[in-house]
Amino acid sequence: METSKTNREIIFNAIRASLPDMKVEHPGIPVFQRTAAHLQQLFEQHLNEAGGAAHDVASAAGVGTLVKALHPKAKVICSAVPEIAGTRHIGIVKDPHELADVDVGIVRARFGVAESGAIWLTQEDLVVDALGFLSQHLIVLLDPEHIVADMHEAYRRVRLNETAFGCFMMGPSATADVEATLVHGAQGARSLNVIFLPASER
Amino acid sequence: MATQTEATSRRDIPESMRVGLFIPCYIDMTYPEVGVATLQLLERFGLNVGYPLTQTCCGQPMSNSGDEHNAEAAEQLFVDNFKDFDCIVGPAGSCVKQVRCHFDRMKQTDEVKHVRRHTYELVEFLHDILKVDAFPWAEFQHAVAIHNSCSSVRGLGIAKPSEIVGVPFDKTASLLSKVKGLVLVPVDRPDDCCGFGGTFCVTDEAVSARMGLEKAHDQVRHGAEYVVSPDMSCLMHQQGVARRAGLDLKYVHVAQVLNGGPF
Amino acid sequence: MSIVKQVNPVAAAELFIIQDHVHEPMHDRFLWGTMQRRNQQAAAIPEWEELRELASKIKEHTLTHLDLYLEEFERNATKRGAHIHWALDASEHNQIVYSILYDHGVKELIKSKSMLQEECQMTPFLEKRGIKVVESDLGERIQQLDGQPPSHIVFPAIHKTRQDVAKLFARTIGTDPNNDDPHFLTEVVRNNARPRFLAAGAGMTGGNFAIAETGTFMVCTNEGNADIGASVPPLHIASIGIEKMIPRVEDMGVFLRLLARSAEGAPLTQYSSHFSGPRKNGELHIVLVDNGRSRRLGMPDFWHSLKCIRCGACMNTCPVYRRSGGLSYGATYSGPIGVILDPTFDEFKYSELPFHSTLCGSCSEVCPVKIDISDQILKWRRVMAEKGYLPLVKKLSFSVAGHVFGHPEEYQTLQKAAGPAMDHAPHFLLYNNSLNPWTRDRELPRVAKQTFREWYLANRSEHGNVQN
Repeated sequence: METSKTNREIIFNAIRASLPDMKVEHPGIPVFQRTAAHLQQLFEQHLNEAGGAAHDVASAAGVGTLVKALHPKAKVICSAVPEIAGTRHIGIVKDPHELADVDVGIVRARFGVAESGAIWLTQEDLVVDALGFLSQHLIVLLDPEHIVADMHEAYRRVRLNETAFGCFMMGPSATADVEATLVHGAQGARSLNVIFLPASER
Repeated sequence: MATQTEATSRRDIPESMRVGLFIPCYIDMTYPEVGVATLQLLERFGLNVGYPLTQTCCGQPMSNSGDEHNAEAAEQLFVDNFKDFDCIVGPAGSCVKQVRCHFDRMKQTDEVKHVRRHTYELVEFLHDILKVDAFPWAEFQHAVAIHNSCSSVRGLGIAKPSEIVGVPFDKTASLLSKVKGLVLVPVDRPDDCCGFGGTFCVTDEAVSARMGLEKAHDQVRHGAEYVVSPDMSCLMHQQGVARRAGLDLKYVHVAQVLNGGPF
Repeated sequence: MSIVKQVNPVAAAELFIIQDHVHEPMHDRFLWGTMQRRNQQAAAIPEWEELRELASKIKEHTLTHLDLYLEEFERNATKRGAHIHWALDASEHNQIVYSILYDHGVKELIKSKSMLQEECQMTPFLEKRGIKVVESDLGERIQQLDGQPPSHIVFPAIHKTRQDVAKLFARTIGTDPNNDDPHFLTEVVRNNARPRFLAAGAGMTGGNFAIAETGTFMVCTNEGNADIGASVPPLHIASIGIEKMIPRVEDMGVFLRLLARSAEGAPLTQYSSHFSGPRKNGELHIVLVDNGRSRRLGMPDFWHSLKCIRCGACMNTCPVYRRSGGLSYGATYSGPIGVILDPTFDEFKYSELPFHSTLCGSCSEVCPVKIDISDQILKWRRVMAEKGYLPLVKKLSFSVAGHVFGHPEEYQTLQKAAGPAMDHAPHFLLYNNSLNPWTRDRELPRVAKQTFREWYLANRSEHGNVQN
């Protein structure tokens, strides 16, 4: 259904008639000085506070071992990264509903944010967006060199013009809606484990 | 080396400075000892203090209820009474805030602007203008919880509001810490409103009482014997709630403590 | 003749307080605790106050150029493949949403939290037309099952104990009434909602921010429910108020650093999602809604309320809100922001709300976009006084007081009479609950024998500064 053009016109006319006389200039965003030190440490600390965890591995092979250790009972492991085969490759998934039975989803994040412990995931990283939200558990590979200090730097790195979906994901799903008691695993991932591993050469 | 207190006693500040004493209506009627303490305290610094006999009220009860029309006469009378003083000092944060911040609906003549700019609450006058650094005549051997009213904190800047990120300060604490024997106790909720709110305490009685009770329990929990405030109106409400709840707290105005009485 | 009744927040708050010794103290404690976490997070950011000022100015800039940014957003979102719809008011919003659903043959819809959809009363509208609507947010689901609106914009069921929730779930979903462990209750809704996500023909979200520069809108949640709703069903509909515009991507750094810290004392929500056009093989419709916002923009005293980013910090800090519970305000928006917004929806119905406040000013200090909430509450009181909405008792007594306080001789006469009257009045009159509400929970102050003025006349000369 097309909204009648009149609606739009009425709204714009109403806005233009109501605009305050005193215009306010955009203040501009200053650059806040940050130290580049300890970013990985800060990232890990805040990730822990958000209910997630970070791990170091020596090589890509270590990822598979770690995933088995973290999720021994996992039946369906759906991977979107070349380092891990999993039991199902995301490339064969045609419809998000097919991901309803995924126990562990494995993705690689482009960068992390130290002040919050969040990682940035796009539609291109997830391949199918629902992988990030239907998976019972998430494993996120992250190059520890790709950690920025704060959200200002983060927004200089995101390319919103180049992706239909991008998410700052901080730890697992959570809620405090019942008596302000924090519970993890509300609707999305029950757990989120970040594994520090530089991307393999292509 | 003379303290500022001794210096002001020796009249280093201009002898010609005329201070107008503003005594809010409820202090006049219910807590005159606070007015007496304020006057005596200011006189200790050798100040030339006058008290206009025809003052009534700052208009706050009407103004705060949005009834500017009925506040007008009181506000105008205030300006008429105090326009010839160099500065005006009152022992009540909410009333002073009313004058400085809310006398903005009447015509802003030079007199109105002068009165608004030069009306001070007692603590800020002692701390910022006289810069008093000692109260040698005062002694108060008690555990004290400070109550700074919301008007004083967020309206007049008597202390850093807890919501704001910045360097902490508290002018009331700064002055009281100079009184011999006085022990300041911290509280969990230093500037959470006590629930007085003017007519609110009767129109919104249940909520007001809960807020007042929270304050009293907080103070008792930290071992306070006395609650001291620059605002008697808040204390009037808190005292009422505490007495009904059977809590053993005593309430005095900061002027009484700094002056050494009357209690 | 208006058939709309005035909302009475005072009576509702009293009921909330006296129901038992559990609910109100718990409500106060949880929200005070949230405020403390907010203070800790804020204190860890040296530039916190600067961020608030930036956010305030960015919003003011955007709102004073709103038409330009709406055009830019529409242009860029359309370029990315989104369908943009414009709704004048609540009813048009609901109609547009229904039409989209009807055109796609959708019978079941799953949604995440949206105060705008609540404002438009969208759910009953759709349900009447045969569309099943499921709330996925835990707090909203609780309230939906209980037939109540949300009581807090971030924590919709914060007024309920875990026992309340357990009993509710037992009644409506058939779970164990005695299992009130929040982990169990959360799992119940997880397992209850998941099949609904998979069955739904459409997912609906709100929008926290809309970035004009790239045609992107953002949804922030802790549960990730908005993301499931957007990534699984083939159709995504987002309802966004026109005031949610933000000029540029880099502006979001300021708002995201402020939002979750203010709302709940965490650096971010668990999920901060950016939608720019439909997902692969999906369809995206954005409904931009006015519903009184353009009119509010034209109110010189009140347009700053449009800066609101719906963090709820004002509710958490407000001592009156913490004691009343959000449902006492009888409106979609409660707490301090509700007090200044609701009269714009219905001035008479919400004429009591501005008096349900002590004007303590804490709300203005915590607001991340520096809305002068407390000052606006006082301004609304002036509006209500001018319109004659003041309660009759106040009208009469202020008229008398105004006259007496304007005339010194009358004031002094009143003083002379008041003292003896109080001393000799029968106890039952002074302490009667309805005649003198002061005394329901308080002892009366004792009237002085001698006023200050009388003392002054007796102890000081009329003109001066005689040393005592």
